[in-house]
Amino acid sequence: MTESVLNQHSLDEINEWLGRYPPEQKQSAVLAALRVAQHQNDGYLTTELMDACAEVLDMPKIAVYEVASFYSMYETKPCGRHNIAICTNISCMLMGSDTIVNHVEKKYGIKLGESTADGKIFLKVEEECLAACAGGPMMQVDHVYHTDLTPEKVDEILDALD
Amino acid sequence: MSDDDINLTVDGQPLTAKRGQMLIEVTDAAGIDIPRFCYHKKLSVAANCRMCLVEVEKAPKPLPACATPVMPDMVVKTRSKLALEAQQGTMEFLLINHPLDCPICDQGGECELQDVAMGYGGSASQYTEGKRVVMDKYIGPLIATEMTRCIHCTRCVRFGEEIAGVRELGATGRGENVRIGTYIEKSVASEVSGNVIDICPVGALTARPSRYSARSWELQQAPAVAPHDSLGSNIFVHLDNGKVNRVVPRENEAINEVWISDRDRFSYQGLHSADRLTTPRIRQNGELVDCDWDTALQAAVDALRSGAGKGSLGVLASAHSTLEELYMAQKLARALGTDDIDHRLAQTDFSADASSPAMPWLGMSINDLESLDAALVVGSNIRKELPIAALRLRKSALNGGRISFVNPLDFPMHFDASVALSPRYDRLADELCRIAVAAEADLGKLRGLPSLEPDDRHRQIAAELRDAERASLMLGSLAVNHPAFATLAALAEAIATKVNATLSYLPSLGNSAGAWLAGVVPHRRAGGSALGSAGRHAGDMLNQSLNTYLLHGVELEFDAANAAGAMQAVAGAEQVICVSAFDSESIRQYATVVLPAAAFTESYGTYVNATGHWQSNRGLVEPPGQARPAWKIYRVLADLLELQDIAYTSPEQITREVQSQCANIELNNLTSGSAQTDYQSIDYGDALLRVGEIPIHRVDPLVRRSVPLQKSNDGKQAFASMRHSELQRHNINDGDQIVVVQNGSRVTLPVKLDDAVPENCVWIPGGLTETAALGPLCAAVEIQRS
Repeated sequence: MTESVLNQHSLDEINEWLGRYPPEQKQSAVLAALRVAQHQNDGYLTTELMDACAEVLDMPKIAVYEVASFYSMYETKPCGRHNIAICTNISCMLMGSDTIVNHVEKKYGIKLGESTADGKIFLKVEEECLAACAGGPMMQVDHVYHTDLTPEKVDEILDALD
Repeated sequence: MSDDDINLTVDGQPLTAKRGQMLIEVTDAAGIDIPRFCYHKKLSVAANCRMCLVEVEKAPKPLPACATPVMPDMVVKTRSKLALEAQQGTMEFLLINHPLDCPICDQGGECELQDVAMGYGGSASQYTEGKRVVMDKYIGPLIATEMTRCIHCTRCVRFGEEIAGVRELGATGRGENVRIGTYIEKSVASEVSGNVIDICPVGALTARPSRYSARSWELQQAPAVAPHDSLGSNIFVHLDNGKVNRVVPRENEAINEVWISDRDRFSYQGLHSADRLTTPRIRQNGELVDCDWDTALQAAVDALRSGAGKGSLGVLASAHSTLEELYMAQKLARALGTDDIDHRLAQTDFSADASSPAMPWLGMSINDLESLDAALVVGSNIRKELPIAALRLRKSALNGGRISFVNPLDFPMHFDASVALSPRYDRLADELCRIAVAAEADLGKLRGLPSLEPDDRHRQIAAELRDAERASLMLGSLAVNHPAFATLAALAEAIATKVNATLSYLPSLGNSAGAWLAGVVPHRRAGGSALGSAGRHAGDMLNQSLNTYLLHGVELEFDAANAAGAMQAVAGAEQVICVSAFDSESIRQYATVVLPAAAFTESYGTYVNATGHWQSNRGLVEPPGQARPAWKIYRVLADLLELQDIAYTSPEQITREVQSQCANIELNNLTSGSAQTDYQSIDYGDALLRVGEIPIHRVDPLVRRSVPLQKSNDGKQAFASMRHSELQRHNINDGDQIVVVQNGSRVTLPVKLDDAVPENCVWIPGGLTETAALGPLCAAVEIQRS
């Protein structure tokens, strides 16, 4: 056996997920495994990582690629390590999400879907409703929701990122 | 009318159907056309193309016929206004992103999308926006992709998952961005991958070797039988102005269903090889020179006479030849007074000859392969040797059949094995013996039995075979060509008898069965009756030089069990007559007379498959230059030799003669009598053992010359593969170049890491230019870092 590109922490976590499903249904853990793998790699999946997940889950590689490319929560191309998703769906749009998007784009000099050159910030392509309509405009930074945004509040949140 | 039968009405026509059938199956059987793209009778129902929408009374909207089960008294309208509008709408959607590049598309003229658009589509599209474009990825030398044309029917994806058992293609992305493909750049590895070309309803997947070479309506279609494995898959050969342009499957539910292997599909590329022999040649002053037929035939006659006169004429005919060629070669040899004739070039142990069956065969029908409850495959890479048979066996496994293996390498299979034992090749018999002991088989016929203890795995195999209603014990080519074949055969028979399993042989070459029937063995006449005293077998003929050899379709450097030794033996002969369709380096080395023969598709010929089923091919194209059908060559030689009883005027006469001789053959793999067999313990001790097979695309001269097959994944075989621990022990890495020394011959090969190889073994296939110098496939070797 060659060594897995998944680190021990990731493998432990995936195994923990595998424990929740019947042994012949390992593929049930594919979403969790990909999330763990993406987390290990600062926010995006590589083919090697997906192959490693396929190996652990006993799935055909292509089946893992299918899952990873289907869901918008997985990035399959290199991107910045902080994932910023600004909701532009109807409630947030009515509450001025365009202003927030414009502000952030200008702040970093990149467009939605792009990453900063230093690999710190990734502006996710047009995020759809994240179910926080009462607090629009909102965004998700990594795993955390931030609601009732203003350009100043956005600066404060983003500048606090390491 | 049973309870399961129900009545329904389709387009006013009363029909009967079985409960649970899908509507489209019933209408297909009744000859009612419903358009479809994703539905395929051999694949699961996906219902994603929506082309088969029909009106069903009392249903609020049109329903897909492929996913609608029939109901009692259902009233279906396939051509009503509602149905037609639904179909037309679907068609318009499907064409939104389709490039409509039919004039440059290989599928044009045989395209389901074209046909259905003509029959069921509208005349114009309302869509004016831009079309989606998909960048293609290279997926190997066999399949050309143009994924912009893809309509996402997912037939190819389902084929991989359900039939081939290798998921290589998938649907990645979502919505507008869905793409069918491999996601990463890779060559598809399945040995039946070419079938996606046929099932693709559009021009997204087409045959790369014949790409842009002809339009489908210019091709002539002729039925034929594929000559590369002992299944005899049914094919259509498509001819373009007297030249074979491509090969596609011909449906035969009893043999290949609707599939063929890549080998059967693309081997024809070898027909146009630069190696084709087009003129007779004889050796003059050490050089092979072109000559006319009369000169060559006379030289062959002189050689045959002098060889036979000295009692030293050996005939070796390859088992990919036609029955008629094999029979004629045999008749000529026996008329010249020699029984030194054989087709088993790769076999090493002939001690079971006396008790061998008249024709080792599958022991059952090919359909039976898919309903086995248990099977033990001994010494066969069945997936690569008999790809279509392996698909059938896979169905058994998917239905819960317990399929186990005893193989010198844990061959990757497309289903889960029950138990996969991979002992070192020399210990194959010991492993089988343990299973025999676990099965409590009667081993009284074996002398000198070692005392071997079975473990749980052996006991499991024995129990599964015993408990199965339909069980089979299969001996493949790695068992038949094993140095202890007689022992393996005796053990297999003992186990099969004890557990009441069918004893099956899996002959690997196209006409192995035919060669036995034609009497191309030293101990049997045509028709299988035993000779009083047997002639020399292939092993003996190639161990020492005979005066004269007649080689039919043989390439000793690839076909012989000991390629290096065989080349030496033949080099020492006075006369070597080669009847062959192809020239080769070795023929140039040893031949004294070369008679150019017709190849596959170029002459009439019969193939007998592993179930004893006879199928004949017509001559479809002219042989190149002065090449002639081999049966005619033998016919003329017989005339010149003034032999009796060989004056055939048509090849069908020969077929009928063999048929009449085989009329009373009873196919039975079990040996009769109580002859004792010595238990042969082959043991190379601590030595590093070289083991190998003849790879899938190296089995016969035609396949060897098919460039696309050689470039495919399965064509790349020149490696020395070892497991991880072995690499560590020798302090070498994956990808290193090493020197392999076998019996004094040295060959440099790249190292490949493969944990399927047993300990203390190096897997080096035979049948390759790179490894021909090494000799036997089971031998002690040394490796050195280069």
